[in-house]
Amino acid sequence: MTAIVGNEINIKSLRQQERKERLVMIGLTIPYLLIVILLIIVPIGWLFGTSFVDQDGSFTFKHYIRLIESKAYYRIFITTFEISIFTTLICILIGYPLTYFISQLPRRFANLCMIAVLIPFWTSLLVRTYAWLVLLQRKGLLNNFGIELGLLSEPLPLMHNMTGTLIGMVHIMLPFLILPLYANMRAIDNDYLKAASSMGANQLRAFWTIFFPLSVPGLLAGSLIVFVICLGFYVTPAVLGGGKVIMVSMKIQSNIELFFSWGAASALGVVLLVLTIAILYIASKFVSLDQMSSRG
Amino acid sequence: MGFLNRIVSETQIRLGQRLWLYIIAIVILIFLVAPSFIVVPMSFSGSQYLEFPPTNWSIRWYAHYFDSPVWMAATWTSIKVAVLTIFVATPIGTMAAYGMLNSSTKLTRLLFVVMISPIMIPLILVAIGVFYFYVKVKMVNSILGLVLAHSLIAMPLVLIIVMSALNNYDMNQEKVARSLGATRLQAFFQITLPQIRFSIVSSALIAFLTSFDEVIIALFISGGPNSTITRSMFLSLRDQIDPTIASISTILIVISSGLLIAVQTFGKRKDSD
Repeated sequence: MTAIVGNEINIKSLRQQERKERLVMIGLTIPYLLIVILLIIVPIGWLFGTSFVDQDGSFTFKHYIRLIESKAYYRIFITTFEISIFTTLICILIGYPLTYFISQLPRRFANLCMIAVLIPFWTSLLVRTYAWLVLLQRKGLLNNFGIELGLLSEPLPLMHNMTGTLIGMVHIMLPFLILPLYANMRAIDNDYLKAASSMGANQLRAFWTIFFPLSVPGLLAGSLIVFVICLGFYVTPAVLGGGKVIMVSMKIQSNIELFFSWGAASALGVVLLVLTIAILYIASKFVSLDQMSSRG
Repeated sequence: MGFLNRIVSETQIRLGQRLWLYIIAIVILIFLVAPSFIVVPMSFSGSQYLEFPPTNWSIRWYAHYFDSPVWMAATWTSIKVAVLTIFVATPIGTMAAYGMLNSSTKLTRLLFVVMISPIMIPLILVAIGVFYFYVKVKMVNSILGLVLAHSLIAMPLVLIIVMSALNNYDMNQEKVARSLGATRLQAFFQITLPQIRFSIVSSALIAFLTSFDEVIIALFISGGPNSTITRSMFLSLRDQIDPTIASISTILIVISSGLLIAVQTFGKRKDSD
């Protein structure tokens, strides 16, 4: 009789301890969550609210209606999508062959090549943008070389336009595509390819029927990351676009800093946020979130 | 041309057939690396204009940078903020990672998404959000404000790195220590921490770099005497091409390559040794 009672007390205190333990563990995340709530959740919630409020404080859809009706905003969204899509496509076009090449190298050489990918990834965004500014100027390195070699008769307008913005963006985004794709390609078992070729498939066929489909998840993950980061990009288009290429993020900035119009800025912000979340949600069906997280 | 017949892949592809891929790959690798390295020789140019290769060499742009009180003040602000960010983001991120891994409820999945949200949503939105909050609580242009905002975007990186380190670590070791009489805190500091220390150091270095390189948030919430170096660089980049930026860029390249090497060597050492 007493043994059973003792057991019950034991279970009770064990359970109590477990509950306490769980509370302590959740407690450890509180400082982190506090910062996120104060600096992300509350401001974003407020942003959402502001986008529906008129100057006199009444409820309105006018900020959103303006986004749809105004030619200027239409232009900005088109530019943003154009840049994001082109950057993503060019990254795929040049990133895929490069990553394939690296993944086929012996480890030692592959690691060396990956350092070449990581160097720009780690170099400050501003430094890289500055480097392109120097390279692409009218009297910059590329134009000078082109003229000296006789390839160009006059300098090409390489910056303060779409071309310059795209070159800079591709350079900055390329590592974001290569890193997940490389991890994916490295995991593909070369025996599959050997099996295919031993059964008579030529190299091209073996590549397209075996290797490429197996590399699609990595390619998809990388492309989505690149696309999402492009949508909200600010620094590179602001510098290399020279005021002629206006993306959503730049319009948000100028709405606030120049015109103090929080209503318009917040509606733009909400649209950008919804787009980003939607794409990330689709992406999360294919890859885990922590694999996608990266600085932009 | 016998070397073209060398077999270069496990599926018997010959070098001659692969040559195009080699050429493309090398061109792209140069495209990736060259811009960072072209800035270095340019920073040692003696002329008013940026030219490559420089016709005469000098360190005048470095002198200009180190003699300028404005640039020096901005540099100190950036260093101060980045170092303080390490001390905020690393412990808070590590604590959260530990808590997350030891409590597996349905909530943790959702919590994780909330926790990494600062690096998933566009930085411009984080920037205006933080700016709005700081205007309300009068923290614009303050060091504390910058440190908190930079910690916000550094913490998710710390969280991810430390969580993956803890995933590869056998938590039962702590249970053993506790069954032998250690408190939870003692068990963590004496058993777990020494085994994940390399990951924590790498995450601290990454936190430093994240803060040091950050532009957009600083553009909104820093100013006056508390401008960061990246903010000043961005503003002068928009206006003219000042060769001083080349010298600052070179210094930044040295710092980030140094940190990259440090992280790589720390990462290489296996944490559970």
